[in-house]
Amino acid sequence: MAFLSIERITKTFGATTTVKGVDLAVERGEFVTLLGPSGCGKTTILRMVAGFETPSSGTIRIDGKDVTDLKPHQRKIGMVFQAYALFPNMTVADNIAFGLKVARKNGAEIASRVKEMLELIKLPQVAERYPYQLSGGQQQRVALARALAIKPQILLLDEPLSALDAKIRVSLRDEIRAVQRQLGITTIFVTHDQEEALSMSDRVCVMSEGRIEQLGTPFEIYNYPKTRFVASFVGTLNILSGRVSDGAEGRIVVDGQEIVTSRGLNGASTGDALAVALRPEALSIGRANGSSNNLEGTIDEVHFLGSVVRIRVRFKESAVSLDTFNRPNAAPPERGQPITVNFGREDILVLEGAPN
Amino acid sequence: MSITALPATAARERRITWSWLGILPFILFSLMFLLLPAANLIVGAFQDASGNFTLQNIVNLGQPSIIRSYTLSLQISAASALGGVLIGFALALATILGGLPRWVRPTLMTFSGVASQFAGVPLAFAFLATLGRTGLVTALLFSIFDINIYRGGFNLLSFWGLTITYLYFQIPLMVLVVSPALDGLKREWREAAAILGATGWQYWTMIALPILWPSLLGAFLLLFANAFGAIATAYALTGSSFNIVTILLYAQIRGDALHDPNLGYALALGMIVITGVSNGAYIWLASRSARWIR
Amino acid sequence: MKQSRFFPWIGFIFGAIYFLVPLIATFEFSLRMQRGTYSFKAYQVVLADPGFQASFSYSALIALLTIIVGIALVVPTAYLVQLKLPKLRPVVEFMTLLPLVVPAIVIVFGYLRMYNSSSWLPLTGSARSTDLLLVFAYVTLSLPYMYRSVDTALRTVDIRTLTEAAQSLGSSWPRILIQVILPNIRVGVLSGAFLTFAIVIGEFTIASLLNRPAFGPYMQLIGANRAYEPAALAVIAFAITWACMGLIQLVASFSPGQKR
Repeated sequence: MAFLSIERITKTFGATTTVKGVDLAVERGEFVTLLGPSGCGKTTILRMVAGFETPSSGTIRIDGKDVTDLKPHQRKIGMVFQAYALFPNMTVADNIAFGLKVARKNGAEIASRVKEMLELIKLPQVAERYPYQLSGGQQQRVALARALAIKPQILLLDEPLSALDAKIRVSLRDEIRAVQRQLGITTIFVTHDQEEALSMSDRVCVMSEGRIEQLGTPFEIYNYPKTRFVASFVGTLNILSGRVSDGAEGRIVVDGQEIVTSRGLNGASTGDALAVALRPEALSIGRANGSSNNLEGTIDEVHFLGSVVRIRVRFKESAVSLDTFNRPNAAPPERGQPITVNFGREDILVLEGAPN
Repeated sequence: MSITALPATAARERRITWSWLGILPFILFSLMFLLLPAANLIVGAFQDASGNFTLQNIVNLGQPSIIRSYTLSLQISAASALGGVLIGFALALATILGGLPRWVRPTLMTFSGVASQFAGVPLAFAFLATLGRTGLVTALLFSIFDINIYRGGFNLLSFWGLTITYLYFQIPLMVLVVSPALDGLKREWREAAAILGATGWQYWTMIALPILWPSLLGAFLLLFANAFGAIATAYALTGSSFNIVTILLYAQIRGDALHDPNLGYALALGMIVITGVSNGAYIWLASRSARWIR
Repeated sequence: MKQSRFFPWIGFIFGAIYFLVPLIATFEFSLRMQRGTYSFKAYQVVLADPGFQASFSYSALIALLTIIVGIALVVPTAYLVQLKLPKLRPVVEFMTLLPLVVPAIVIVFGYLRMYNSSSWLPLTGSARSTDLLLVFAYVTLSLPYMYRSVDTALRTVDIRTLTEAAQSLGSSWPRILIQVILPNIRVGVLSGAFLTFAIVIGEFTIASLLNRPAFGPYMQLIGANRAYEPAALAVIAFAITWACMGLIQLVASFSPGQKR
């Protein structure tokens, strides 16, 4: 049985239902991310696990025990909030010690645990400072230490990186994951940032409008999105509109040029409108032989992003973006040049639903 | 380099001078109508009738009638401030954090804005009509519960009567002053405390109240000064018969009731010292108890 | 988290009773002038009294002058402190808060000593100059409220950018203040103005000690000599205060171009 199991939970606020019958099982020691746009219900699920909200229906079990109606302070859960959740009237050491103090642990035990935590987050020198004297990244590390000091069964992270600078966000991401591995603590992470989700998690749970769209490893989610929502939310996607020219053989015409998918288009009849998606990294410049697809177009825009150069190629109606690596000895291509791009048949993601 | 730098500096200096000139009216006004008049009284408190330095006026403040009036003023101010802080805080707490419907808060705020300014002479009339000898509440208590509050020793023209009357503007003032501080309590603090195992009581005693403490202290001080300097309500209730220090000072200004003009200045000095000391105490306490504020 | 709403409701209801009962009692009392029946007689008597009309219009005029002087004094000061002289902020804020600490009666006592008819600046020498002194006293009294309203309003608009934009178009300083800054902070200025009006209109202590025929001393006089008219006056005064506060909310909600 899973360590944390969420069974058919629903949450209704007045007339709106933000979580609609979600099932989720998290194994002991696993790092699972809830990913989705704001309002998709991910934070509500986290808050129900924490005990801040009571599910309208359904059950939450931790280690086999039903905790659905327990108060937050009875659940032994650690949580890190978006930002500024450190108690401003206490020093770093007092913040970390808070959970141990209210649990009436003895002084020596508290002191050694605080020291241990400060070393875990590599900030032993800030014990006597007040939160306002720390940077945003340091504050979130202290918040992590405070959450872990009580040796919680589960760690909940509610967009802990969203208020930080880009650089600190990336380094703190790795640090959180390292600490989580070191302690082997079961963790649920909530974010709207797909890069964070993919880089940190054992499994990602993509959510939309109160439901789980897809649950899987980052590799599965990224490479084999099941729904159009997942495909468009995870990663940057080029969407091409076309018409079926031969359903059985998987031939599609896009802006007058034909491409072929590796799988047939079951049930599609000739002339049907349809949308396919291509990831930027699946596209290469130049004409390829064999079974690959080629499309001819012109360069619309060139964005120099540093290590990567993103090129936008326009066909007639559709356009795609693709990435090439920057090469110091070759100038990037210029706007208006004709160009051919190629991609493999298996890289075409045929999306459900009508194209817009 | 130095050639180009010179005119720039000069221009900046000129602009700063212009800015200074711009706030000169304010400085002059504050000097003439705030600082100097107060300073003038302070000087007068240390002079005898012919303008020589003396401490006799300060010594004369020790006469029993003056001491009594200071004591009564301090008692009423402290009681109405304390009552205002506690009740106003509870009321703000109930409306802001109590989960009441949305319309409650703006209603309370508007009403507090009005009631906190509803002081002075009209307030006295209102309480005479309410708790005076023929007031509505007095009459209702008598006819329904057969309680005669005046026979029971109540008097609107007393310590309790005036304290209750002052609470009418003290409570709403507290609501207005403390609401922003309550809004400043972040939901995350409460939730973080809860999930770390703290009970509601522990959250309030270890986190919320320490954070609010400087605001509460400051609010108490404001309410105290507000009541201490008030006169119109008491004067309209009682005429000059009620012995609080502002009424004594009023009588002194009108007709030299103390028969010693310089003693009047000393009386005013005493009031400045009391409000000044309580302010100093506040600054000291707040800076000690809130080292975590920038 | 679920929580009981029982105690919050009790608290709110207690507060509502405490606030409303004196108002109801006052209103009820004001209707009792004619024996055995409720009537608006007391209001008729009060409103028809020439003393009421004279003192009320006098106080209203003084309040208006107070507001004008107050705005002229506070707006440029708050603007310059925020834009050019941030170092002076503690000093200026201290001065504007001082009237909350030094009682009004002490301030006016100081005026009487400093500006009496035999002093270097005998402001109490004539009626007109005493009126002026009264206005200055009221400006002092309303300084904390006026300054705070204006200062808060200035913080919400980007006065630096506005100023620089106006300067680049060649505006002079007075024009910038009157035509650019003032319209952008009018909500704060009006809030301060109405609050000032509410404070000044019924003020008793200063007007009485300066011997001016204002509304506050008039009310006190009526209170000392009549039975039912004071209650009517209290209701009228409350209505004026309420109107001022209502107007503050109104200008705050009807302010095109300002978000909130």
